Amino acid sequence: MGGWAIAVHGGAGVDPNLPKERQEEGMRLLGRCVDVGISALRSNIPAIDVVELVVRELETDPLFNSGRGSVLTENGTVEMEAIIMDGPKRRCGAVSGLTTVKNPISLARLVMDKSPHSYLAFSGAEEFAEKQGVELVDNEYFITENNVAMLKLAKEANSIVFDYRIPAPGTVGCAVVDKEGRCAAATSTGGLMNKMRGRIGDSPLIGCGTYACELCGVSCTGEGEAIIRSTLAREVAAVMEYKGLNLHEAVDFVIRNRLDEGKAGLIALSKKGEVACGFNTTGMFRGCATEDGFMEVGIW
Amino acid sequence: MGWAIALHGGAGDIPLSLPPERRLPREAALRHCLGIGIAAFKAHKHPLDVAELVVRELENHPNFNAGRGSVLTNSGTVEMEACIMDGKTKKCGAVSGLTTVVNAISLARLVMEKTPHIYLAFEGAEAFAREQGLETVDSSYFITPENIERLKQAQEAHRVQIDYTQPVQKEVKNGAANADGDSQIGTVGCVAVDSEGNLATATSTGGLVNKMLGRIGDTPIIGAGTYANHLCAVSATGRGEAIIRGTVARDVAAVMEFKGLSLKEAAAYVVDQVPRGTTGLVAVSSTGEVAMPFNTTGMFRACATEDGYSEIAIWDSPSK
Repeated sequence: MGGWAIAVHGGAGVDPNLPKERQEEGMRLLGRCVDVGISALRSNIPAIDVVELVVRELETDPLFNSGRGSVLTENGTVEMEAIIMDGPKRRCGAVSGLTTVKNPISLARLVMDKSPHSYLAFSGAEEFAEKQGVELVDNEYFITENNVAMLKLAKEANSIVFDYRIPAPGTVGCAVVDKEGRCAAATSTGGLMNKMRGRIGDSPLIGCGTYACELCGVSCTGEGEAIIRSTLAREVAAVMEYKGLNLHEAVDFVIRNRLDEGKAGLIALSKKGEVACGFNTTGMFRGCATEDGFMEVGIW
Repeated sequence: MGWAIALHGGAGDIPLSLPPERRLPREAALRHCLGIGIAAFKAHKHPLDVAELVVRELENHPNFNAGRGSVLTNSGTVEMEACIMDGKTKKCGAVSGLTTVVNAISLARLVMEKTPHIYLAFEGAEAFAREQGLETVDSSYFITPENIERLKQAQEAHRVQIDYTQPVQKEVKNGAANADGDSQIGTVGCVAVDSEGNLATATSTGGLVNKMLGRIGDTPIIGAGTYANHLCAVSATGRGEAIIRGTVARDVAAVMEFKGLSLKEAAAYVVDQVPRGTTGLVAVSSTGEVAMPFNTTGMFRACATEDGYSEIAIWDSPSK
């Protein structure tokens, strides 16, 4: 026990009929991200930097629902949110409503490190981004053909598309514990396909979609409403803290008992170097590795 | 058991030397809002309606940091946020970045009831308010002279002030007339439980004095400033960033559930865990208990239970 560990996810709720190439593409990307994380951890880079690094990779790749490749609002635009949390002192930074920031997770980091606040959104966040000199691009940069087509489908079906009902890409996240036992978690997303303008989901809400403390780091994905109502990420840590459950027991308990009719998944790791994932959806894109050489990437 | 209600007008460094002309109107407002809540329960309203009603009253009152009387951003504008949650169903609604909506809490309720989402913010939220026909006014309606003064002080001191900070030390030492400038305002909130154990919570705020544009605090973050489930309903106030990190509202319920503590014990425990001077909360449980702990100098608060007990306070025992 002990040592570093890393877990990543690319969304819970996967269409069982997802074409093989898409499945493989997703697993390859996650595998690559895990490798990026492993190299960083072997170079003694702290957990908080590793989660940012890895999520940047996921945002930059158009495959999953974050950064480029984000799903579209009802107006056909992109509004992104992200959050990063540093376990040791539970410092955090979150952003919502971003439209031009190339890497939302890095802006979330700057909110945590360079502002007196924990959460900035919409034009205030964009203004902060400009002042901080982060890379800005046109909204079009984030929009992919796939998502334009999916928005059309969603509008025809007159629905808000949850990750798993129509094959829409998933939120991304990463949790890491480094050699010193410090945990960190980060999540980034474009939200729900066909969402109302101004809609904020579970991802940037500390304790709901993302959480990290002395004991563990957690990143969730799935039905935002269910994750918020169950304060899912905090729940994992709370049962460890207040009920003395270990990581696996905590994840199991929470997924089994806290979601009611909701569908969601999460990745989690503990300061002892344990990794766990749980989901009550059909599949979750995920990958993980621990210092003792264990590595796994999977969907089902 | 009967119904119970508790409400707050903000926790912080409220000086014991608060002059009567600042204290009395706030006590009167608390009394008035408590009365509204009591009347609503007597008329058999659901706790969600009671909580919303009471918070609307607090928002309309210019002496509290919500709705009219909201503190100002670093640009001299208001950006209001609110959150409401039903304990039984755990349905919730939240809004942020409002600039023209007279009652943010009512918009939060509409988000909960009329959209497939939980949280709307900024322009999207404002557009939704208009669609729903909610009362909107020119932003200037919310801005009060006291808050213009508070912003000025904060900017001169180069800081972002929590709801209830004292002005900079030198001003206090000089005994300046505005020494009590910052210390009487804060987030507002109400928690309510009926005789059947149905719980609800509602919180509303203008946020932090001199905050950055776009800054979101603890109030609209479910589990941080606001939370209700089948065990209890909680509304927190104080330094947003500390309440967020401490997932204060959620933890009260978690500690009750996982450690088997009573509401009072759980609430006191959680407030004890966050840094001194940052947090206060009001909470009621499904069995009609009331708790109003705070680790700040004071917290504007009031509560009442069906058996006729009622209380209005600012300082005194922190473990009520």
